[in-house]
Amino acid sequence: MIYFDNVSKRYPGGHYGLRDVTLHIAPGEMVFLTGHSGAGKSTLLRLTGLLERATRGQIRVNGRTLSRVGARQIPYHRREVGMIFQDHRLLHDRTVFDNVALPLVVSGLGHRDIGRRVRAALDKVGLLNREKAYPITLSGGEQQRVGIARAVVSRPPLVLADEPTGNLDPELSADIMHLFEAFNEVGVTLLIASHDLALISTLRHRVITLDHGQRVADSADAA
Amino acid sequence: MPPDLRGTVSVWLTRQAQVAIEALGRLTRTPASSLMTVAVIGIALSLPTSLYVLLDNLQRLSGSWDGAATLSLYLRQEIDDGAAERLARKLRLDPAIADVRVIGKQAAIEEFKRFSGFGQALDALDYNPLPAVLVIQPTQEESEPDAAETLAGRLRALPEADQVQLDLQWVKRFHAITRIARRGVLLIGGILGLAVLLTIGNTIRLEIQNRRQEIEIAKLVGATDAFIRRPFLYTGLWYGLFGGLLAWLLVGGALFLLSGPVERLAGLYESDFSLSWLGPGTTLTLLLIGTLLGLAGAWLSVSRHLNDISPV
Ligand SMILES: Nc1ncnc2c1ncn2[C@@H]1O[C@H](COP(=O)(O)OP(=O)(O)OP(=O)(O)O)[C@@H](O)[C@H]1O
Ligand SMILES: [Mg+2]
Repeated sequence: MIYFDNVSKRYPGGHYGLRDVTLHIAPGEMVFLTGHSGAGKSTLLRLTGLLERATRGQIRVNGRTLSRVGARQIPYHRREVGMIFQDHRLLHDRTVFDNVALPLVVSGLGHRDIGRRVRAALDKVGLLNREKAYPITLSGGEQQRVGIARAVVSRPPLVLADEPTGNLDPELSADIMHLFEAFNEVGVTLLIASHDLALISTLRHRVITLDHGQRVADSADAA
Repeated sequence: MPPDLRGTVSVWLTRQAQVAIEALGRLTRTPASSLMTVAVIGIALSLPTSLYVLLDNLQRLSGSWDGAATLSLYLRQEIDDGAAERLARKLRLDPAIADVRVIGKQAAIEEFKRFSGFGQALDALDYNPLPAVLVIQPTQEESEPDAAETLAGRLRALPEADQVQLDLQWVKRFHAITRIARRGVLLIGGILGLAVLLTIGNTIRLEIQNRRQEIEIAKLVGATDAFIRRPFLYTGLWYGLFGGLLAWLLVGGALFLLSGPVERLAGLYESDFSLSWLGPGTTLTLLLIGTLLGLAGAWLSVSRHLNDISPV
């Protein structure tokens, strides 16, 4: 699902976000990405979602070579990759329903299909009864679940999550992770950046560790 | 149409209508600033429009003068009234001439006495010094300055002719002035059109700034540039359309206020001239220009500022 082949990301100013990273994540895997702050976790996710472009190396996602994706094709790539952020990135002047519907509206889906799919996604994250609420009236955990519903509503084969439990207490964090496991069970590939090592260790999934932009450990190699 | 294509088209149309109405709703949510923008656009559009209407009216006025263009053919001194009448009958057959009025020598002198106050002085003369005059009214087509000039040349060549007076100089000048004025209106219209473009562009730029986060998030979930551009284009379209409507109201109001005095003035000159209103063609053109300027201003602004927002 995801191939990185000697990928480097050098930011303007000379700083490296990633350095010669090679990795392969198979379809249906659920993988955690850890490392110290500034290790390059977010950079790796941003490259995968084409929010940024690599300076060197090849990236292939879902059969698509990202360096060959032109500016006009970027939106179509993003529609196949659900993205979840620590700060949720919700629209506060739109209802929960409208927030979750956004990816479907953007891809031009019909009104009736949107309603059906949004409710299905909200149902999965347990927020079906809050569809008319505004995000500001929800708790942090609930807002994060709205973000998750938005990421999966268009049923992308790949979901990326950047510190999805960063601000949540341990119990809510575990809930969110179990939600991800439920998606994984139906075949969604997940790549989750997190430095909650305690939580990750209880979950028995593959863990990739970055350090100063380099891949320094991978539980798949050890196995 | 296959059903799935029809579905796609109807989804697309629904979406367009939805975005258009949303954009309109957004304008009404900030009524003060929206009205301000519409007012600026309306005033900017009303100026060239009113100049255009003014010019249009002047041209209609000059058109009625053209019709009244006459030539005075002064006959040689020795031509008597009988010969003048015969010449007049001949000239009436000329296809370029609509009508000929004869002022005989005797009639001429009586008219002169009546208007000049030199009656006694003329009585002292033992002969009539005034020539017979034929007042010639060209047909409509021959009233144009150039054609009338040609006719004057032909008349001048007549053996009976002494002098032909064609009082067209001022009509020609008037035509020249309106030509310049028309170009001036175009120029002013162009400049103010640019002002409208910039006003809308700037308004849209602020709107983009206000909705930066929304644009970012839409991009994150895979919105195309066309999708993101659309609401701003509709905003520009509404601004332009409402600006055009306001300009129409302003010019219409000004015409309404002017029409009474103008008709009274025309009455003093025994003319039935009245101001022409903004016809459906002009109205449509005005609204279309407003709308297109709105769209273009929004397009320029969005194209310029959209790429500043990451992710690209
Ligand atoms: N836009 C940018 N411009 C310059 N440098 C950047 C930019 N984004 C990230 N970096 C640098 O790249 C490195 C990796 O950053 P990244 O955000 O990927 O780290 P991270 O592992 O996600 O850290 P955190 O756990 O704090 O989120 C850091 O040293 C950071 O300073
Ligand atoms: Mg990060």
